[in-house]
Amino acid sequence: MAAHAADLHAHEAHPPVANQSSRVSAPMLGMFLFIGSEVMLFGSFFTIYFFDRVVNNAPEWPPEGFHRPVFVAGLNTAILVTSSFTMHWALQAIKRGSRAGLQAGLVLTLAMGTTFLVTQMFEYARLGFAPRDGAFASTFYGLTGLHGAHVFVGLSLLAVATVRSFRGHYSPEHHHGVEIPGIYWHFVDVMWIVVYATVYLL
Amino acid sequence: MQNPFRSEAEAYRLVLLLVGYFALIVAAKVTVGTGAALVVFALLTVAGGVWLARGKSERPAPSASARRGPETQRRVLVIANETVGGEKLRACIREKTEGYDEEVLVVVPALNSPLRHWASEEDRARAAAQERLARSLEGLAAVGIEARGAVGDGEPLQAIEDALRTFGPDEVVISTHPEGRSNWLEKGVVDAARARFSVPITHVVVDLAAEREQDTSSQRPA
Repeated sequence: MAAHAADLHAHEAHPPVANQSSRVSAPMLGMFLFIGSEVMLFGSFFTIYFFDRVVNNAPEWPPEGFHRPVFVAGLNTAILVTSSFTMHWALQAIKRGSRAGLQAGLVLTLAMGTTFLVTQMFEYARLGFAPRDGAFASTFYGLTGLHGAHVFVGLSLLAVATVRSFRGHYSPEHHHGVEIPGIYWHFVDVMWIVVYATVYLL
Repeated sequence: MQNPFRSEAEAYRLVLLLVGYFALIVAAKVTVGTGAALVVFALLTVAGGVWLARGKSERPAPSASARRGPETQRRVLVIANETVGGEKLRACIREKTEGYDEEVLVVVPALNSPLRHWASEEDRARAAAQERLARSLEGLAAVGIEARGAVGDGEPLQAIEDALRTFGPDEVVISTHPEGRSNWLEKGVVDAARARFSVPITHVVVDLAAEREQDTSSQRPA
């Protein structure tokens, strides 16, 4: 018994042993902090949007002279939601050991993400108003532009995952490099659904 | 609460749910009007909140059955924090292990503040728990009880669960302060442990203040 106590005293000079069962693992905490920071970032933009909408108290929304390309943005939404499906398919494929499925899923996701971004750029060019044209225009470009920046980051992550998939990386046991960009891609999709519904439709 | 971004599959499910969520709100606005959209929004948001909250309670409660070992051997797991050095706890352990080839594991949860816990700053809490544990083991050794010790998770139920998996005790002893002073009793730790684990659980109430008073009076010259 005394030996046990002596052991414990001997260990006191060192940092305590890492607690393996801690309820919040480092990757989980990182994901929570990331999502928290993103929610605050988008939340601040949404706050500005709703403040503008409520304070203006305009009889019609958007204010007169502004037109939102609901149909084109709707198509873009469909493209992005479909890209979530192909992303999910890619990950399921590598879990089953199908490299071709992984590659096809990633390439399709990358293609659809790029299409979304390019369509958004065309949409900006044809909108007929610029960010400097009042509060509505500023918040519209702010929200959609912020989301576009996230899509760009997601595409960069997906491009890396795609190249690696063609180089023979990933396996049914080791596919973290696809799962993490996948989670990010779905997050980007979630944010777009919220942006599209609130800014374009409601 | 559930984390909808725990894995790619859960994040994908969230995408699909969100599509349905906004589709219903927009459909209500287009077909009926803004008022209906607000009602649908409120109903769906409440339902979503309940679903997320239920995710926690639906977590499968791990249950560890008692270890099957030789009848002469007895393994006792002791979970205690500030009361770990209490005389009543020592007496209870002595009673549980009397006549057996005993193996006692004392686990002291590294209690921490919520802020430090979330910031993963556990070093100080674990060092303090380690100190209490060392004192307790010395106290048990003094009365002839052979015991091992470990610092456990900050949440007592999690600490018990971890020890059940690795130690496989015949019985668990949870030591707390008396009612009204015990944070664990207030949180219902003992009842929750009984509901969650199939191992017999004994609850020992240690009144450290009363024990100290008793010690002082017994040391006073008659």
